[in-house]
Amino acid sequence: MSGRFPLPRLHPLGDAALLCELAPPATLAQQQQVWALAAAVRQWPGVGEVLPGMNNLTLTFDPVAIDVDALMARVNEAWPRLSATAIEGRMVEIPVAYGGEHGPDLADVAAHTGLTPAEVVRRHSAGEYVVYLLGFLPGFAFMGGLPPELATPRRAEPRTAVPARSVGIGGEQTGIYPLVSPGGWQLIGRTSLELFDPTAEPPTLLRPGDRVRFVVESVET
Amino acid sequence: MMLVQKPGMLASVQDLGRHGHRQVGICPGGALDVLALTLANRLVGNADGAAGLEITMGGCEIRFDTDTRIALAGDDFAARLDGTPIWPCWSIPVAAGQTLKLAGANAPGAKKAGLRSWLAVAGGIDVPPVLGSRSTDLKAGFGGHQGRALRKGDRLALGRAALGAAQLARRPFGLRGPEWEAGEGESAIALRVLPGPEFEQFTTASHALLWSERWRITAQSNRMGSRLAGAELKRKRSADMLSSGVIPGTIQVPPSGQPIILMGDAQTTGGYPRIGVVIRADLWKLAQAPLDGRLRLVQVDMAAALEAWAGQQRYLAQVAQGLAAAGWPGPA
Repeated sequence: MSGRFPLPRLHPLGDAALLCELAPPATLAQQQQVWALAAAVRQWPGVGEVLPGMNNLTLTFDPVAIDVDALMARVNEAWPRLSATAIEGRMVEIPVAYGGEHGPDLADVAAHTGLTPAEVVRRHSAGEYVVYLLGFLPGFAFMGGLPPELATPRRAEPRTAVPARSVGIGGEQTGIYPLVSPGGWQLIGRTSLELFDPTAEPPTLLRPGDRVRFVVESVET
Repeated sequence: MMLVQKPGMLASVQDLGRHGHRQVGICPGGALDVLALTLANRLVGNADGAAGLEITMGGCEIRFDTDTRIALAGDDFAARLDGTPIWPCWSIPVAAGQTLKLAGANAPGAKKAGLRSWLAVAGGIDVPPVLGSRSTDLKAGFGGHQGRALRKGDRLALGRAALGAAQLARRPFGLRGPEWEAGEGESAIALRVLPGPEFEQFTTASHALLWSERWRITAQSNRMGSRLAGAELKRKRSADMLSSGVIPGTIQVPPSGQPIILMGDAQTTGGYPRIGVVIRADLWKLAQAPLDGRLRLVQVDMAAALEAWAGQQRYLAQVAQGLAAAGWPGPA
């Protein structure tokens, strides 16, 4: 079977990690290939943690168990054989209270996009999203699939404390803050679901590859 | 039990870190100087992975309610046990009721040499493991003692010591700790660095500056990262990067051109170009390097990085041998 994508660029990240990176732009098809690579390398001896990024993958390894050159050769050999359909995410519905104190930036997003706040909510909740990766904070999902017309730049001044469970838009991505943290995304709503619970198994609600739908619980404009 | 009478600027329960959860955004955390915590643990007969305290800038006071044994590694901040000086990388018996005091970083008598110290107590600090680790995740607020930095009045339980009563009471002994090599006529601490994935995106002039500058560690540094000030590093052209994995030691360059070296509590993915990565064998130096201190970044290749790591493992093996000869339990 020939590969659908050119080989990733490989570069060591220090003496015990390797970056595998695809050429931009990021697409869901490429991301699925990244997840397939993640699933494969987890089985390899000497590989520690496997961290999908946006259009890339970082893995840690024990250089005593496997030499970096051998590891790179193995990635190149495995890449064309990967089956990108291997990951089937779950569908997760996320109830959102849009606007008002839960989404203080809804009006700003409406102003930027030229839509009414109600229309921003309608379009945001009409879409189906895919979790590309979890990073930044425990359980923070970077999702693709935002309708392009809703893309809004991050706030010029990031908030020092975004409330936990806030739903935001950052550029062309949407996501949910699992915990109180500093953040620059435009906040349009809040969910009642816990995104991160360290005592739960698994500790995060979302996983890479999951599909997400936002369900309107209430709207305040 | 031990009682925190003063936590100092920042003290938290840390072990060797929380591994295996990066893919859901959970940072490894743990002691920023793994080598120091390992040495301190071995000196009191603990397994390498036992939880200890990471103390920032001294100013810490701890009273012990039970007979035990302690070891400090890193800077000692003129530590005294009931007034008697003790030294880093020494194994010290403690009687119930005694108090350990570390001077503040700016107190008279303090050497102002380091930034952090690690305290191990026989049996380790007995907090419940969360996701496989007793480390405190300060940002996410879980693990360690109630998911937070220690406060005055906190009481910490100790695990069962591997040492017997006679060993706990044995007179103090020490070992030679690791030292940083500054180089002749050089006060800047040298960190060895491998070029990062985005190294080539920087200008030739920036490459030269990266290796020649004496970088200052600013007061904005914390467990997430050491922020450096010095020459401005520039990319050939600015282009947005997609989120990509970062590990402790990664040197990111934000648009300000002032590098940040990520530490254990850093976020798991980042979007700034990675000009280099500090090798694993040198991360401990960064964890101990004082604020306002100077760093020098030295380019090495993969072979040198691996040899430095192997050298550190040989040192740890020697330590284990020496302690075994003294009748201490082997590292586990």
